Amino acid sequence: MMASDEPTAEISCTVNGQPVRAHVPVRQSLVDFVRHGLGLTGSHVGCEHGVCGACHAVVDGRVVRGCLMLAVQVDGRTVTTIETDQPTAQMRALQDAFFERAALQCGFCTPGMILQASELLTRTAAPTRAEIRDALSGNYCRCTGYHAIVDAVETAAARLRDKAAA
Amino acid sequence: MPRASTRRLVAGRGRYVDDIPAKGEVYAAFLRSPHAHAAFEVVNISAAAAIPGVVRVLTAENIDPVCPPWKCVLRNAPDLQSPEQRPLARRQAVFQGEPIALVVAQSRAIAEDALELIEVEWSERPAAISLEAAAMPDAVPAHENLKSNICWRFEHRSGDPDKAFADAEHVVLRRLVFARKTGVPLEPRGILASYDPSTNGLIVHVSHQMPHQFQLHLAELLGMSPLDVRVICSDIGGAFGIKMHIYPEEVAVCAASRILGRPVKFIADRVESLSSDVHAREHIVEARMAVNTSGMITAIDVDDIQGLGAYSVYPRSSTAEAMSALRAVGGPYRFDNYHALLRSVLQNKVMTGQYRSVGHPVAAAITEALVEDAAAVRGEDSIVFRQRNFLPTEAMPWVSPMGARMIDLSHHACLERMLTLVDYPRLRQEIDTWRQEGRIVGLGLASFVEFTATGAEAYGRAHVPVSSLDGVMLTMEPTGEVRAQCSASEIGQGIQQGLAQIIADAVGVRADKVRVALGDTAASPHGGGAWSSRGAAITGEVAWTAGRKLRNELLNVAAAMLQTTATSLDLRDGRILAADTGAERIAIGDVARTVIFHPYDLPAGTNAQMSVSHTWGRDADPFLPTNGVQASLVEIDPISGLVRPLRHWVVEDCGRIINPLLVDEQIRGGVVQGIGEALYEICRYTEDGQYGSGTLADYLLPMAADMPDIVVAHVETPYSGSQLGAKGAGEAGTCGAPAAVLNAVNDALRPFGGRIDAMPISPVDVLRALGKLPAKAGA
Amino acid sequence: MKPPRFDYLRPQTLAEALELLDRHGGDAAILAGGQSLMPMLNLRVAQPAVLIDINAVPELDRIGRSGDRLSLGGRARHNDVFRSAEVAQAAPLLTVALEHVAHEAIRNRGTLGGSLALADPAAELPACMVCLDAEIVAASVKGERRIPAGAFFQGLYTTTLEPNEILARVDVPAAGTDWRFGFDEVARRRGDFAMAGVAVAVREESKAVAECRISLLGVEMSPRRMEAVEMCLLDAPLGTAANIVAAQSALRDTLEPIEGSEIPPEYRIQIARELLARVIRAMAAPVSGKRTH
Ligand SMILES: Cc1cc2nc3c(=O)[nH]c(=O)nc-3n(C[C@H](O)[C@H](O)[C@H](O)COP(=O)(O)OP(=O)(O)OC[C@H]3O[C@@H](n4cnc5c(N)ncnc54)[C@H](O)[C@@H]3O)c2cc1C
Ligand code: FES
Ligand code: FES
Repeated sequence: MMASDEPTAEISCTVNGQPVRAHVPVRQSLVDFVRHGLGLTGSHVGCEHGVCGACHAVVDGRVVRGCLMLAVQVDGRTVTTIETDQPTAQMRALQDAFFERAALQCGFCTPGMILQASELLTRTAAPTRAEIRDALSGNYCRCTGYHAIVDAVETAAARLRDKAAA
Repeated sequence: MPRASTRRLVAGRGRYVDDIPAKGEVYAAFLRSPHAHAAFEVVNISAAAAIPGVVRVLTAENIDPVCPPWKCVLRNAPDLQSPEQRPLARRQAVFQGEPIALVVAQSRAIAEDALELIEVEWSERPAAISLEAAAMPDAVPAHENLKSNICWRFEHRSGDPDKAFADAEHVVLRRLVFARKTGVPLEPRGILASYDPSTNGLIVHVSHQMPHQFQLHLAELLGMSPLDVRVICSDIGGAFGIKMHIYPEEVAVCAASRILGRPVKFIADRVESLSSDVHAREHIVEARMAVNTSGMITAIDVDDIQGLGAYSVYPRSSTAEAMSALRAVGGPYRFDNYHALLRSVLQNKVMTGQYRSVGHPVAAAITEALVEDAAAVRGEDSIVFRQRNFLPTEAMPWVSPMGARMIDLSHHACLERMLTLVDYPRLRQEIDTWRQEGRIVGLGLASFVEFTATGAEAYGRAHVPVSSLDGVMLTMEPTGEVRAQCSASEIGQGIQQGLAQIIADAVGVRADKVRVALGDTAASPHGGGAWSSRGAAITGEVAWTAGRKLRNELLNVAAAMLQTTATSLDLRDGRILAADTGAERIAIGDVARTVIFHPYDLPAGTNAQMSVSHTWGRDADPFLPTNGVQASLVEIDPISGLVRPLRHWVVEDCGRIINPLLVDEQIRGGVVQGIGEALYEICRYTEDGQYGSGTLADYLLPMAADMPDIVVAHVETPYSGSQLGAKGAGEAGTCGAPAAVLNAVNDALRPFGGRIDAMPISPVDVLRALGKLPAKAGA
Repeated sequence: MKPPRFDYLRPQTLAEALELLDRHGGDAAILAGGQSLMPMLNLRVAQPAVLIDINAVPELDRIGRSGDRLSLGGRARHNDVFRSAEVAQAAPLLTVALEHVAHEAIRNRGTLGGSLALADPAAELPACMVCLDAEIVAASVKGERRIPAGAFFQGLYTTTLEPNEILARVDVPAAGTDWRFGFDEVARRRGDFAMAGVAVAVREESKAVAECRISLLGVEMSPRRMEAVEMCLLDAPLGTAANIVAAQSALRDTLEPIEGSEIPPEYRIQIARELLARVIRAMAAPVSGKRTH
């Protein structure tokens, strides 16, 4: 696609469980790569300077800003995005709760929120509202005012606890 | 009921403009003026054009032949003077960030590489920046040959305000300064324009609130027929009024696609968004209120200076915000004498324009600040003052001094509900206890009126082609399911779900049997899109009637099939029933299949319509007034002066509520935008017009950790002029929140003798008001 | 908003990284967590010819204690330091301060070395390292160099690190049980860079302050020890009212605050003084024990 002389690199990685080999411009960000290189457009681009959290992806089990990592840096690593067909129990519970609680309007922030909240629930089974707000403090939502998002995360956490207890 | 379509969004399967690919697409980036005001010449583009991967470098010279300039003209405001604007500026740049050249390349990164190599000769001019300075008679002109930057002056007088002020027992006065802010939808503006030279057809995917309006303007500017221009707005990542204008970038990209004969995509990056999306709310307002001996408001006087930026925004005009503010001042109260003066000022800054709750937050902040002051001079609780002065239910309909017809409002009921909701006497006691413990806390209230669901006259009389009508087409599928095509647009507010529910109720099917398509000019008749909280009130009404039409068709065919009369039948949950016994007679799918596949089985001449359409726009009431009350509890950190909202309450009357879940979230989201307006958000410029809020590290938005929980309650007074009774709900949160927060902060500061009169409320000013920092020199 | 062109190198050993850095020197930028460098690249304010990505270099993220020294690798991620039990024990100041650094996803990537090398005046970690009297270990092809934190920060975004050096490690003296730490800051919103912040370390002997180190963030161009202020607290129980007042006025006299119109210098001084008192009082309060903020 690129009729250009710019530096590129070969990478191989695992994305949403699938092995991927790709030829990427070295300056391409991870989020641009998954979106435009792989067609995984669930991670969004909201600022490209690390502030909004719309671009989140999970690299080797940790949530990262997809706009602040280069595609070449996931060479040899495992990347998960919201589109994965093997979502964790946390992700699934959050997706349901976000849907039911109307914890999204335009939905642009939602994938990033869900990945971040999922990391929280993996670490903390019963977070307080303040802890939820804190963990999501790096994810902007311009539509909801956050209240419903906090509700949804609480609900998801409670359901996961119920399931674990059952 | 949750929104069915959000299942897609939680799974990351949304389709925003940048998610939509077109074969052979190339990417645009703009070279922008680094100066606020300058003459320039693009002297050399060859180095930029020579970069491998660059497709074309375009300047005004290339674009002008395919696209004429435009100009904001309002027929009913002939004195409004706004200069011509082009997709790419030619020889004169009038704000920092104005596009002057366009590079199209194989990737956005390469396009940006090329921007750095375009050679431009600049000759800087003095710039008109600060509102106060730009409004002076001897100000530096924002455009060459401009006699005055004041491009629109409006004065309104009703009753005898002078006499009322002269006779007043008390006159209270405030000067409030509102800083520029902007909407910051999380998805930036974006467009994918695909021109096909073989058919002379242009297909545009754009992040915009009103596809039809955009289509019409594009067709006109590019000299095309609307038949050849299709505009599709798929998922929109937030809009808030920011995405309802004609921006130079979008038009330039369409022109570029036309010139190149291939798809061109432009996705504004965040820096571009913050520095070229319309800004809003730059006002300096001096306001007075006259109160008589019995504590009644007798007059209000406002003098508003409004910053417009470099152009009055096309096509709706930047002046709309101030006009809306002047209409809403004093909204909840009955008073007879009013004087309003507006001066709108051109500046070498980004255009201002309509942003969520257009003008109303300014009006509410002014009104409710004056109400607090008036109550204070009378030595009474402002609640008592409000209750005395509210427009009473029995006085409605009532025409306000600005000519707004006030109907179906519930000020007393909303305030009553609020007092119970917050448990007012107890909360006041609690606040007293906290204060004794040394905490700096305050409670602020704000009553407000918000005009929603704007009708045809607002823009029609100005001859601005903005539709306030909507069209809905319903088609019965052979399965008994309903397909709806509709001219509204979904921008996250949930109208798609609301319409599905309304149509389902009207026809008599379950909501999940209705699929609503929106946002595509090829799929629906011309109509209004998303603005002015119009969806439920206007589109909803159309959908209801269309649904009833379809229901009647179904009942008539069923009656013919069953050899009975339509009146003896009922339609519920997709089944035709006997009206008297409720016994099922036939499923509507069977009716539809008969009509579609076996019409010969029907009595001759039945000619049943399995597709109906309805178009409607309200002709009474140019706006639907709504009302409500908000309350804000804040705490001030004595060390830093930072304001923390602890709790926020809203009681809202938006008429009949279609989907309570979605309405409440609209309100909460709006409140947080309003809190942002009160506490954080500001578009800063240096004295020479350098923009200082170009990243999200500089332009602060409310974040989860700093925002309070928000309690929402309702009073329901249906609109008496429609079948559904719905009014607008999308902007009320934003309308009252800044006023409530400002009043809360000033309530907290009152024991210290200080006061804040500017938004956003800066912690530095709060420390000054607390007496912990010396007052600003010269203040 | 896309980065300019650069070449990308990913050394597999420290030696290789140092070699590359030596070759490219001033034309190169080290890419650690990227949480500051990547925004600068995306905004095209940084335009290095070469990026040397140190994320594949082994050992550089080690967190470990040997004897009375806590060693933190230059590429130790904020969240790893934040959640490390060893750090919480040996340098609790860092644990408390890191809670104020940015947000989860940024702390997942951002590194200690990146934060120190960047030397943002409002960053938490540089001030903490000064307060902890840490030693910064810079490595180059020529070997290692140890720089006391107090001498490392030279001004706005400026350190004594040479272009061919990598910040390999930070050695922090492990706190004995006689040390107490306090930290607090004022930021506009959760996770924002601070408008002012204070880090305090105190060692007590027979209920009186025997040693004291104080540093600030967000107030001056770079963090340094506030010796004049520290003196005011010596030889009396922590929290002695008169000493706090003295310390506050000493602070006012010694500060050279960052200029600015939006946040005027007198505002930064004011909140620094109040924060200092708040932190000391909290440290002195019996319940708060070692960790206050
Ligand atoms: C939205 C946002 C909010 C933030 N808020 C805060 C905050 O509140 N407080 C705070 O302290 N920080 C904050 N940060 C910055 C964050 O902590 C960064 O991670 C940190 O400053 C830099 O670390 P890094 O590893 O990401 O470095 P990089 O971005 O990779 O590099 C930064 C600089 O240091 C150099 N460098 C990096 N590592 C080394 C090394 N080992 N040796 C020599 N030079 C090196 C690089 O060449 C570059 O010049 C924030 C960042 C963002 C995006
Ligand atoms: S796009 Fe990455 S944080 Fe905003
Ligand atoms: S739902 Fe629109 S930004 Fe969160």
